[in-house]
Amino acid sequence: MSNMRYSLLAVALIGIATLGGCSEGVLDPKGPIATAERQILFNSLGIMLAIVIPTIVATLAVAFWFRSSNWRARYLPNFSYSGRLELLVWSVPAMTVLLVGGVAWVSSHDLDPRAPIASMVKPVKIQVVSLDWKWLFIYPDQGIASVNHLTIPVGTPISFELTSSGVMNSFFVPQLGGQIYTMAGMVTRLQLQADHAGAYRGMSANYSGAGFSDMYFNVDGVPPEDFARWVTAVRSTGPVLDALTYAVLCKPSEGVAPLTYREVSPDLFTGILVSGMSGMRRNHAIRPTCAVPERAEK
Amino acid sequence: MNLLGKLDWGAIPFDQPIVMGASAGMILAVVFVLSWVTLKGYWPYLWKEWLTSVDHKRIGVMYIVLALLMLLRGFADAIMMRSQQAVAAGGAQGYLPPEHFDQIFSAHGTIMIFFMAMPFVIGLMNFVVPLQLGVRDMAFPTLNSVALWLTASGILLVNISLVVGEFAKTGWVAYPPLSELEFSPGVGVDYYLWALQISGVGTLLTGINFVTTILKVRSPGMAYMRMPVFCWTALAANLLIVAAFPILTATFAMLLLDRYLDFHFFSVEGQGNAMMYVNLFWVWGHPEVYILILPAFGIFSEVIATFSGKPLFGYRSMVAATMAICVLSFLVWLHHFFTMGASANVNGFFGVMTMIIAVPTGVKVFNWLFTMYGGRVRFTVPVLWSIGFMVTFVIGGMTGVLLAVPPADFQLHNSLFLVAHFHNVIIGGVVFGVMAGYTYWFPKAFGFKLDERWGKASFWCWLIGFYVAFMPLYVLGLMGMTRRMQHYDNLAWQPWLLLAAIGVAVILVGIACQVVQLVVSIRARAQLRDVTGDPWNGRTLEWSTASPPPAWNFAVLPCVAERDTYWMRKQRARATHDQPAQAVEYKPIEMPKNTPTGFVTAFFAVVTGFALIWHIWWMAGLGAIGAFATLLAFAFRDQEEIEIPGEEIARSDRARQAEIAG
Repeated sequence: MSNMRYSLLAVALIGIATLGGCSEGVLDPKGPIATAERQILFNSLGIMLAIVIPTIVATLAVAFWFRSSNWRARYLPNFSYSGRLELLVWSVPAMTVLLVGGVAWVSSHDLDPRAPIASMVKPVKIQVVSLDWKWLFIYPDQGIASVNHLTIPVGTPISFELTSSGVMNSFFVPQLGGQIYTMAGMVTRLQLQADHAGAYRGMSANYSGAGFSDMYFNVDGVPPEDFARWVTAVRSTGPVLDALTYAVLCKPSEGVAPLTYREVSPDLFTGILVSGMSGMRRNHAIRPTCAVPERAEK
Repeated sequence: MNLLGKLDWGAIPFDQPIVMGASAGMILAVVFVLSWVTLKGYWPYLWKEWLTSVDHKRIGVMYIVLALLMLLRGFADAIMMRSQQAVAAGGAQGYLPPEHFDQIFSAHGTIMIFFMAMPFVIGLMNFVVPLQLGVRDMAFPTLNSVALWLTASGILLVNISLVVGEFAKTGWVAYPPLSELEFSPGVGVDYYLWALQISGVGTLLTGINFVTTILKVRSPGMAYMRMPVFCWTALAANLLIVAAFPILTATFAMLLLDRYLDFHFFSVEGQGNAMMYVNLFWVWGHPEVYILILPAFGIFSEVIATFSGKPLFGYRSMVAATMAICVLSFLVWLHHFFTMGASANVNGFFGVMTMIIAVPTGVKVFNWLFTMYGGRVRFTVPVLWSIGFMVTFVIGGMTGVLLAVPPADFQLHNSLFLVAHFHNVIIGGVVFGVMAGYTYWFPKAFGFKLDERWGKASFWCWLIGFYVAFMPLYVLGLMGMTRRMQHYDNLAWQPWLLLAAIGVAVILVGIACQVVQLVVSIRARAQLRDVTGDPWNGRTLEWSTASPPPAWNFAVLPCVAERDTYWMRKQRARATHDQPAQAVEYKPIEMPKNTPTGFVTAFFAVVTGFALIWHIWWMAGLGAIGAFATLLAFAFRDQEEIEIPGEEIARSDRARQAEIAG
């Protein structure tokens, strides 16, 4: 079909045009999830361009040809119904939607953010807490934590559990895959993987108040050996993250420089989660004081 | 206890020069207009003929005046956002601190949706629907006036927030927990909530009024399948209002209870669930976009048929598509937050439902195309808006379907791609639609056409400006830029944002052209005068009466025997043009009496809203009592209607005939 050719050409052009100016975005994936999501974006766009481009051309052509000054155009003052055309008019969009709808349904299941990534490598677990206005990353199996900086081993599935200390945010590393909300008192899950070593940009994609614009972080994808070395290094220095230090950390602050914790209370994440669910929170001060989580206090 | 609640001098932002400058400008403009009206002695005329009017045409015009003013206000916000983001790159902070920038994008969204698009669409429906149905007024004329003034109350409160206090810093959706007292302790969110609660009541009343009018008040013979398509789309939009706005009111009521009485509907503590708000907000919010776009579809249907000199192609398909959209729009709300982490089945379902809406929408586009096919298309300003719409909207629809694919949405949600998409459909759909409608029905409202040249200039500026302003945002979204950023460190984004700012400047020229167009047209109204009442060779009943129509719309109620009834009548008249017209019998007409009820109720609504925002409880009580007393006074009125004698109608009608003949 010639339409399809045009659409592929258009996809290619758009892709090249945007990739040229864009080395950090959605169109430059560095992991299996982001790559699959980009493929779905292209497939859906291609299917739709096949109908959208002819429609635009036909609109302009019909309007131009049937302009009132063109006496060669046939005037059909009573042409207002045609069964065949009606059938066409309903079935063309319906067929397109059937195709794209199929893509939507199948891909929702294939790329469910909760579904584990098929891999021989054992996933690394990371717990994410969005705070006002910074990111806390807890490595429960390693017993360490970092703020505003995420280090991950490449080629390894990363299994995220996410929550928020208060306001809703969205955890988003475009080059590794789509985003997910962080909500107080609730856990969301996300699986990502980086295939190439490198530094990727992560951010909050959901507006969360005054410090929102600075709520970004770097993701370092490093070879597994380097990751192990990094873990050892973090364990040897820095403060401990327990209920008391968390209470200080979670006070609102902007543009916080990355830091690491050599040790983390094992049930801190659960404590933050529970404090978001129970009524055991702060008094009504002007700003939240992020009272010490109940369970982490023990 | 403080007699003025939370209100004190600290509420006025003396330390912010930009805000104070804007406020001073706004206050000066208001003072200038008020003193001009006073000096010229226009108050009695304004009060008797406009402010207390229950005439659907005048109410429609007043809605549109409000909408145009709010377009200027919302656009000023847009200019500030685009210029801030054009400069705040790298380490630069731009000229707007987060404190101010966050209010601007919240106000821009709130104003453009609730106080620009809604009043514009409702104003056009108010003016046109009774005329197209061939009747004298709406089902409930006083209710109509109350609805208008409640909308105006909401507008006033939002604009007061610029001078006294602050506006919400939560985005126009005001998601909790951010909008809860804990995280937004100021009065901004309260301004947002009370302004929308008050105007929301007005919108609901309008919805009830239109549904009743279209279902129960039509001229003899105006069967459903003979109604102009604009009436069908108005019916669908107002059914949506009646079904959806109570959800918004209830949701805001819960958030108000959280904020005022320490409830825990959506709070982080006390087992509140913020996502319940998000769900409920969009259960209203998605039908809302169809409340705006369906009447715009109706306008395009009228414009394209009229200027092609042909009946609308596939009328029954159009009606079916309209009603299908009306129902389906309630089944797609979750696509606004696929990233909440719902299961694959839930996301898949809502993704597919969203795409199904694209089918009836696609049908409409093809039907407009076939309406032009075989026509004699006159490229007037309304037609330019319509064709600009068809091309632009198809692109916006495509990116919409793209966002409806959940894994694609994970990557594009909350990015500038999303911002580009909804401006693509709202500017390319709703704004182009109301601009087409404004140009199309202006001669009906005032008896003279708008200047064609300035209209075309405005259209081209809007169209080009739109593409220059929003195509870069699609690119930025793909580059990973999220919305609502006060500053950013990625310098690769800046060139695109500069380009977008240029686009906004081009749109500004377009808006300036529209202002000039209005001034030029008023000055040249003698040359642009249309005495026939039918300047475009129209098809539907509104063109059969005088321009502007008399208060009673039609001297004799038209009898309708087919679709496009006025067109068919003209065709028959041409065939039998030598026969003398039948003598018409003019009967006296009962018309609803003007009443200040709407204006006074709205005054008390503003007082109550303002008092509640600032916790001035005694004043809130007084306002509520005042509003109730106004209602009582209206309920005990002894004269509802005035009778217009048959001679007066005969005189007016004969004068018009003479004018056409002469």
